[in-house]
Amino acid sequence: MKKILSSDTVRLLIPALSLTILLISVFYLQPRAMSYVGLNLLFNLAVPIALATIAQMLIMTVNDLDLSMGTFVSFVACITATFLQATPLIGVLMLAAAIATYAVLGVLIHVRNLPSIVVTLGMSFVWGGLAVLILPAPGGEAPGWVRAVMVSRPPFVPMAILACAIIAVVSHLLIMRSSFGVILRGVGGNARSVERAGWSILKARAATYALAAFFAILSGISLVGLTTSADANIALRYTLLSIAGVVLGGGEFTGGRVSPIGAVIGALTLTLAGSFLSFLRISPDWQIGAQGAILIVVLALRLLLNRLENRGKRP
Amino acid sequence: MKPLVLLSRKPWIWSFVAAFIVWSATILFTGGASTIGLSQAALTFAAFSILVGIGQMFVITLGPGNIDLCVPATMTLAGTIALKFMQVDDSLILPGLFIAIAIGVAVGIGNYALIRLLQIPPIIATLSMSFIVQSTAIWTNRGLRIKPPETLASFTTETTAGIPNVALVALTLSVCAFALLHLTVYGRWISAIGQNIRAARMAGIPVDGARFVTYVLCSVLAAICGYLLASFSGGAALNMGSEYLLMSIAVVVIGGTAVAGGNSNVPGIWGASLFMFLVVSMLNTYGAGAGIRLIMTGLIIIAVIVVAGGRNPHQR
Repeated sequence: MKKILSSDTVRLLIPALSLTILLISVFYLQPRAMSYVGLNLLFNLAVPIALATIAQMLIMTVNDLDLSMGTFVSFVACITATFLQATPLIGVLMLAAAIATYAVLGVLIHVRNLPSIVVTLGMSFVWGGLAVLILPAPGGEAPGWVRAVMVSRPPFVPMAILACAIIAVVSHLLIMRSSFGVILRGVGGNARSVERAGWSILKARAATYALAAFFAILSGISLVGLTTSADANIALRYTLLSIAGVVLGGGEFTGGRVSPIGAVIGALTLTLAGSFLSFLRISPDWQIGAQGAILIVVLALRLLLNRLENRGKRP
Repeated sequence: MKPLVLLSRKPWIWSFVAAFIVWSATILFTGGASTIGLSQAALTFAAFSILVGIGQMFVITLGPGNIDLCVPATMTLAGTIALKFMQVDDSLILPGLFIAIAIGVAVGIGNYALIRLLQIPPIIATLSMSFIVQSTAIWTNRGLRIKPPETLASFTTETTAGIPNVALVALTLSVCAFALLHLTVYGRWISAIGQNIRAARMAGIPVDGARFVTYVLCSVLAAICGYLLASFSGGAALNMGSEYLLMSIAVVVIGGTAVAGGNSNVPGIWGASLFMFLVVSMLNTYGAGAGIRLIMTGLIIIAVIVVAGGRNPHQR
């Protein structure tokens, strides 16, 4: 049998397929969702989740894992709703310091050979503490320009979908098409050979962490743009959602095998799963559980398709 | 030859040293007024982290990527259902414990079934499972707070010869875990699997069986911990397990267990659990607010791992 599709395409096919099936089911249950406003409402909250997923994916590219993603996005949300709104200069400086902190973490993890899980676990306490210090009670206000961007209504395509498409394209170009992305994935695949080829893994890791922090900051800012105020615990579930999004989108924990477009699709699938369940009128008690079940079903589907693909390879 | 030098090479000694320093700093600040109270409280609260930590340690020993994120949900479900079953009836304490253990076994089987049959990475498998388990807990709990039976509640809150009962339970189970890890062939198996799963498979070790037992063991320990914690705090709450997700991982790693797997130790979990509680109470004594307390906790975790970690260059 001739091989028509590359394995990268197959990797992308499964998340895309599950998203389509989910979308069709939602439209079937609630035809009114099939409109400009409906789609925007369905995917509104997907934008920050997609950005956080891309950030997590970057960290996973170099075989690490960030367990502080949720608290970091909450921390950024708190800064956005307070400093970035009242005194933009100080706000920007704080966010720049956060990026620098992430780069230092990358260096620390690399130089001391530390397990990233533990370091980011410790950092999750630090970000959480800082968020509580900045915003002890829920409140704050979204900066006007953030709000304006997030609620803007571009023609034909809802903002949420347009934003997700831009995120997907930009991160795809960055990770899959640029030489920087190749080095990143190389560090995940075989760090030693990248090093022998003359690149500095230290710099690559620091850059990855800084870039991940940048995407996470965008996630926090866009989240505040949607919710208009912030809270120290606003995005805690993003840690697990972002990991689930990357894996749903075909990414793997080791070997630098990731797919940015898949990750965005994974984030969309997770967001849509919530709406799908409320359209099914499932009792709120079971909402989280059903989300878990959808995750399992999608992964089972992936296993099935992988098996079929492998069977096709055999002569 | 030199016992002190030998002792300093043990990976678990540092967590005890750190715990002792923090303990002394707190005692010095209060002028020795709360020595007994602080030590008892530390032992009580550390006991719960130790129970979940031991389970998590077995799972982490299995090698990179093995982690059980289902621990908090299992604790909540076991606590909720066991208390609901006992209905404040003293005679149902033991059957209640068995129900909690049965829930642990069921969750463990579910976890491993997902990992093995669907070939999902353990992080995602236990994460999906925890969503389902948490939902079941929400559904059974209905926001009610059922009281534990009188005898059980007093057992978990009282002390025997000055040592909290829950700490004695944790000690018993730790000794069992230590024996299991170092004296049985099962302990050797999971260490071998963690060091190199392919080599382990070629050596004829029943890899699937050993991993299956490990995941069940972890869930059972989490269930027992949930049962005790619900009785200790006067009822099961839906969020009672949430802080134990990060805690269970933190105590394992600070305790000196290799995150890359294949090398674990039980004593370190005791040192790390005591340390984690003592840090928080020390900062409380110094009058630090919630924000500062969190920041300090995080920085201390990182400091410990920077000082203690990185000795083994093969470990990632």
